[in-house]
Amino acid sequence: MDTLELMKNLLPGLKITLVITLSSALLAFVAAFAAGLARLSKVRLLRALALVYIDFFRGTSALVQLFWAYFALPLLGIELNAMTVGIVVLGLNIGAYGAEVVRGAVQAVPRNQWDAAAALNFTHATAMRRIILPQALVAMLPPFGNLLIELLKSTALVSLITLSDLTFEAQVLRASTLRSAEIFIIVLVIYFLIAQALNQGVKMIEKRFTLGRDYGVIE
Amino acid sequence: MIFDWRFTLEITPMLLRAFLVTVEATLVGMAIALVAGLVWAILRRSRRRLLTGAASTLIEFVRSTPLLIQIYFIFFVLPEFGLQFAPLTTGFIALGLHYSAYTAEVYRAGIEGVPKGQWEAAVALNMGRYRMWRSVILPQALPPAIPALGNYLVAMFKDTPMLAAITVMELLQTAKLIGAQSFRYLEPLTMTGVLFLLVSLLSSQFIRRLELRFAVRP
Repeated sequence: MDTLELMKNLLPGLKITLVITLSSALLAFVAAFAAGLARLSKVRLLRALALVYIDFFRGTSALVQLFWAYFALPLLGIELNAMTVGIVVLGLNIGAYGAEVVRGAVQAVPRNQWDAAAALNFTHATAMRRIILPQALVAMLPPFGNLLIELLKSTALVSLITLSDLTFEAQVLRASTLRSAEIFIIVLVIYFLIAQALNQGVKMIEKRFTLGRDYGVIE
Repeated sequence: MIFDWRFTLEITPMLLRAFLVTVEATLVGMAIALVAGLVWAILRRSRRRLLTGAASTLIEFVRSTPLLIQIYFIFFVLPEFGLQFAPLTTGFIALGLHYSAYTAEVYRAGIEGVPKGQWEAAVALNMGRYRMWRSVILPQALPPAIPALGNYLVAMFKDTPMLAAITVMELLQTAKLIGAQSFRYLEPLTMTGVLFLLVSLLSSQFIRRLELRFAVRP
C-alpha cells in the first residue's frame, strides 16, 4: 500500500471529522450567543441558568462529558447515537467558552453607545441588535477563530466513543498496516491544514466585517 | 436505574487513588511545559532567522493539531525509532510538549511587555546575554505571566483524561474499568465529572486571586 492509498483510506474519516466540526461549530455559535446574552440579562433566573451551564461545561473535561453522555446517559433512559453525542457535547462545550467571549465583547462596547441609542429612542432589543452587537461582533471574531481551532482539535476525542472520524480511521489503519509513522504524520498534517483553512476563513470574515470601518472598531 | 449511593461510596477510594495519578500527570506535565515553553520563547527572540522560524513553525503546528494524535504519535511512532516510554511517561511528555506551545506564547507576551529601555540598559551595562535574561528581563517578564500560566494549568488538568487512550490508569480510565466490571457506568463517570468540576472551580477561584495579586501596576 503506497502513501496515496493510505490517504484514500483516511478519506471517510476526514469527512466525519469535517461534518462534526461544522455541525458543532454551528451549535456552539448559537449556544454562545444564547448563554452570553443570558449572562447579561436583567432576569436573575436567566443569569443563574447561564452561569450553571457555563461553569459546568468549562469545569469538567470534554472527554469526561463525552463519556458521560455516551455511557451514563443511556442508564438514565436517554439513548443517543455516537454522532449526536459528539456534535451536541462538543458544541455545548465550546459554546460555554464562546459565551464568555460574547459577554466580554458586549461589555466592552462603550457605555455611551447605549446612551446614544436610548437618546434616539431605540428599545433595548433594537439597540442590542442594531448598535451594540455589530460592534461587539468585530471583537468576538478573533477569539471565535481560536475556539474554532480548539473545536477542530477536540473532535479527535469522538474516536474514543467509537465514532469513525479521522483519528479513529488512523488507529484502524495503524492496526492493520503497522505503518504508524507515515499514518500519524499524514493525519497531523491534515489537521494542521484544516486548522489553517479555518484560520483563513475567519480572517476573511473579519475583513468583511471591518470593511470601510474607521470607527467603532474595538481594539 | 437510579443513582446507587452505596456503590458510589464503595468506589470512591479507588477513584481518589486514580485522581492522584491525574494530579501527578498535570504537575509533571506543567513542569515540562513551563521549562520548554520558556526555551521556545527565548529561541523566538534569537538573532538567527532559521532558529526563530523553526520555533514559530513548531509552536504553530503543535497548537493546531489534536493532543490525542500527539499522544498517539509519541506512544506508537517514537518506539520505531528506538524511543520507548511507559504510558504515564508518554503522558508527561505529550502534555508537557503540547502545552509548552501555549506557555511559549504567554512568555512571549510577558517578554514583549518589558520596556525597550531595560534591554538597552542591560546592553549599556555590558551584561552578557545570560546575565541580561536572568537578572533584568525575566524577573520583569515572568510575574505578569503567572495568571495566564495558571489558566493553562487548569486546561491541562482537564486534558489528562486523554491519557486513558494509552491505558494510563488515571481517573477516567479507572472509572471506565469500574463501569466495565460492574456494568454500572453512571456512578463512576458522574463521580469523575464531579471531581473535575470541584477542582476546576476551586482553581479558577484561586487564579482570580492570582490575577489581582500579579496585576500589572500602571
